[in-house]
Amino acid sequence: MVASALAQTSPETLARPSAGASLDIDNVSHAFNLDGSTLHVLDHVSFDVKPGEFVALLGPSGCGKSTLLRLIAGLEPPNAGALKVNGQTITGPDPSRVVVFQDPTLYPWRTVWRNVALGPEAQGKLKESRGRVDEAIDLVGLGQFSKAYPHQLSGGMAQRVALARALVNDPSILILDEPLGKLDSLTRLTMQSELVSLWQEKGFTAILVTHDVEEALFLSTRVIIFSNRPARIKADFEVDLPYPRHRGDPRLAELRHRSLAELGLDSTW
Amino acid sequence: MSNHSAIETISTAEISPIKRASTLSANPELIYAAGAWAVSGVITLLWPNTQEFERTTDLAVLQWIFAALLLVVHVFRGQLAGLFRKLHYNAWRLVALAVLLSIWQVASAKLGLWPQPYFPPPQGVLDAYIKDYVRLADSIRASLILLFFGVGLGALAGFLTGLSTGWSPRVGYWTIPFLRLFGPVPATALIPIVLFVFPTSFSGGAFLVALATWFPVAVLTWSGVSSVDSSYYDVARTLGAKERFLLLKVAIPATLPHLFVGLFMALGGAISVLVVAEMLGVKAGLGFYLDWAQGWAAYGHLYGALIVMAVLFSGVTTLLFFVRDRVLVGQSGGVQW
Ligand SMILES: Nc1ncnc2c1ncn2[C@@H]1O[C@H](COP(=O)(O)OP(=O)(O)OP(=O)(O)O)[C@@H](O)[C@H]1O
Ligand SMILES: [Mg+2]
Repeated sequence: MVASALAQTSPETLARPSAGASLDIDNVSHAFNLDGSTLHVLDHVSFDVKPGEFVALLGPSGCGKSTLLRLIAGLEPPNAGALKVNGQTITGPDPSRVVVFQDPTLYPWRTVWRNVALGPEAQGKLKESRGRVDEAIDLVGLGQFSKAYPHQLSGGMAQRVALARALVNDPSILILDEPLGKLDSLTRLTMQSELVSLWQEKGFTAILVTHDVEEALFLSTRVIIFSNRPARIKADFEVDLPYPRHRGDPRLAELRHRSLAELGLDSTW
Repeated sequence: MSNHSAIETISTAEISPIKRASTLSANPELIYAAGAWAVSGVITLLWPNTQEFERTTDLAVLQWIFAALLLVVHVFRGQLAGLFRKLHYNAWRLVALAVLLSIWQVASAKLGLWPQPYFPPPQGVLDAYIKDYVRLADSIRASLILLFFGVGLGALAGFLTGLSTGWSPRVGYWTIPFLRLFGPVPATALIPIVLFVFPTSFSGGAFLVALATWFPVAVLTWSGVSSVDSSYYDVARTLGAKERFLLLKVAIPATLPHLFVGLFMALGGAISVLVVAEMLGVKAGLGFYLDWAQGWAAYGHLYGALIVMAVLFSGVTTLLFFVRDRVLVGQSGGVQW
């Protein structure tokens, strides 16, 4: 669907120079207050992401991945350390860093079209962005659903609307928090290929949290593995394989063994 | 391309369930209903009254006309499909209505079980409508104007109170004690004060109705604003939304379902205050009409006005739900009507 949508769209509308931004995470620690006691979630996390990289974050549930993404999005300031985009410290949310949250979080009172148009509308540039909203909806294959309401969509369709809502802002960093976690395996595989083509097409920097080791290896140029809470970086390696990748590739299998070992699951494999 | 077919399949899925055209059944339920109404007409006319009651013949004729209409709808169900379906669904309720009407008829006019003139037969009510429809219509108009004025004002004030209380802690600091202290005071308790403080009885009545509406709407709106999922705000903020957008385009639409629950709850209280205020001081409207009818021992008028009230206020509530379903497209509202 993406491939065909791309073929139908004229090249000049898509060739936007939105080269990805770089991201520097420097000694970031974060904690929450839970019933009076301190819950350490991030423990001196440091890594740099080059423009246009596709980084997958893997780690046990509850270790602090979503928290790190919230810090990158600028929704909360870190307790310690600094996060920088293109060398500038993140002080708040910005539409150039868009998050696709773990839940699609569509507004039930808005149609698909108006949900996707949320970013341009909030930034006061809806008028000139109408075409791009249509384009983004077509891109995720929901053209005939623009007038539907979220309750009329399947879970996978809702997740694709959330993706379109992010893409319409032409982000320089796309932050994805398990965006495919709730999809059936078939739709999931399709969406993985779509994500890769989108990323290749637009050139943004992608940060993807996932529980699925194969997904991380299939999509990303680099994998970072976190420890149990408080999250510390346990492993950080490149996935040096050309796209399109093949799921049966023996080198992927090898990397999967390594990743599972880091996650403490080697005995089961 | 084969891995893209999954999405295509999903995309062509239906958006909403398509209603299957139900076949028009020839079941005789509507004939039973027509029969029940015809029989109730016969009881009205042929069973002699214990004393003279006006409009007995007229009532019987009306009952037969209604029975005939039901028959017509049954016979022409092909042409009157929509009406037929509605009546057919309600056929047993129509039968029950005819039975209840006949019980009333027999107990009051035929056997004299219910003492007269306190419990006039149905024709007594019919007589009241025919003789007094002008005054009754005036009363309906007066009640509706007062109700809409008061509820509109109270809903607006309640919405603004609740919204600002839930949105801004600084406003909440002052409004919350006010809401806590004065909210639970029944508006009816203020009637004696209001009726001499306000310059006209209409403005006083409108104030009381507004007050009864204000509290539930304010509380529900307040709790609605406070319970908006914080991820709704996160989404908007990452997309570049500022405070104003968060309030107008996120908080308010997310709160509207709660506002309508508040309005629904408020309406009952508002109507009861309305009627009491009309009885005590407003000197117009259905409450006043009831008071007047009671004073003149016009019991047919009294029951007639009660029936009008039931229909009218049920209609107002239906209207509220109609508006809600229009406004809240895509959101499931809590209360059903
Ligand atoms: N607002 C908050 N207040 C208190 N504790 C929080 C808050 N947000 C997250 N936490 C805690 O921080 C820890 C990390 O949460 P986070 O959502 O980042 O995990 P995660 O790695 O994304 O997990 P998952 O993979 O299951 O989504 C959890 O133990 C959670 O209870
Ligand atoms: Mg998470």
